[in-house]
Amino acid sequence: MSEIHRLEARQVCCSRGDRELLRCLDVRLESGQLMYLRGPNGSGKTTLLRTLAGLLRAETGEIRWDGEPIQRIRDQYHADLLYLGHLNALKDDLNAIENLRMDAAVRGSSLDEQAAWQLLTDIGLRGCEDLPIKYLSQGQKRRVALARLWHSDAALWILDEPFSALDVAAVDALQAVIRDHLGRGGMAILTTHQEVELTSGTVCRVTLGGEIPEVRHV
Amino acid sequence: MFETLAWIIRRDVTIALRRRTDVFTTLIFFVIVISLFPLGVGPDLDTLRLIAPGVVWVGALLASMLALEQLFLADHRDGTLEQILLAPQPLSLLVIGKVIAHWLITGLPLVIMAPVLGLQYDLSGEALLVMLWSLLLGTPTLSLLGAIAAALTLGLRAGGVLVALLVLPLYIPVLIFGAGAVEATTSGLGGGAHLSLLGAILLLALLGTPLATAAALRVSSE
Repeated sequence: MSEIHRLEARQVCCSRGDRELLRCLDVRLESGQLMYLRGPNGSGKTTLLRTLAGLLRAETGEIRWDGEPIQRIRDQYHADLLYLGHLNALKDDLNAIENLRMDAAVRGSSLDEQAAWQLLTDIGLRGCEDLPIKYLSQGQKRRVALARLWHSDAALWILDEPFSALDVAAVDALQAVIRDHLGRGGMAILTTHQEVELTSGTVCRVTLGGEIPEVRHV
Repeated sequence: MFETLAWIIRRDVTIALRRRTDVFTTLIFFVIVISLFPLGVGPDLDTLRLIAPGVVWVGALLASMLALEQLFLADHRDGTLEQILLAPQPLSLLVIGKVIAHWLITGLPLVIMAPVLGLQYDLSGEALLVMLWSLLLGTPTLSLLGAIAAALTLGLRAGGVLVALLVLPLYIPVLIFGAGAVEATTSGLGGGAHLSLLGAILLLALLGTPLATAAALRVSSE
């Protein structure tokens, strides 16, 4: 992950139905940078994240990864991207190990049983590995979903409310893994009200909900 | 790449085996429809032999349509579909995996049951064999074609009705050649030509539909 990447949004506008959610966002994110996305409910945070991930098409403007429009280099962009929405993307009838291995397989990497066990131990879910996901609590499900971050080599993480439903210990662990990721030259985009204390890199804050999105580099 | 395909199939089949009711709904529907006709029509063997191919094929077609709505719905609801759309692999390949799994779960049991159910219609051994072949070649085509409609109507209310309207015209050629193969065998003409045509349709569907389904999924998940 030592390569330098950059993500640029140029004049991006998004709308849902007839409602214009986002007008003319211009933002640029480079390796080692963290972007916070804020705004009141319904201000278009999730829509913007989905657009940046390439799940939604921007109404106007374009999003570039390393200078290329993401629609053109979709497979390459998605190989560099890890997106975690507010849904956990876990199968209720499979257990945590099966879910993690399945997820790795869909992403084109592989995770053997041993590594999946290790991963579960790292996130503090040892002992729940044989239970189908539907028997876990909200917080435990969220932990399994976030376990993807622990073995991810993607350069860009897009996380929608990653801290929701987590307990204090899990929040600390998640902050640490995001910090490490940025320290290794990765980048992350978060919608959250929880701050991550950084040891390196810079922060970019985007506030939605106003007439035009406000972008501040800190 | 094919490892991913195998994983997708394995995942969907595992999930289906853990919640068997979904699988049995389709199969039981098929068994009921086919078993009711001999009771309703009466015990005249000539009539039964005559209507058998049509009834079995219409039953298979309706059962396959019944199962379609579920193809992408669960993945759409729990967010795994997003991860599939964001996978750095050709989406059409993953779609093929999902359709194969769907056919193994809902199509293959029908194919296996059909000859047994066909006995109620006094069909000859040869005709039953041709029926098995026609369903084996025809039902995967139904799943492939249906996947396009299932993807297009994803997340819509009353999606089931729309799926039916969208796929029925596409299903009709398969129905005609499938039932025709069995009829041709009972009338002594031989069903070879019909089976070849069914095979050709299957190959065409295998080439074209995954791309269409992938495009439809991207549109409807926006």
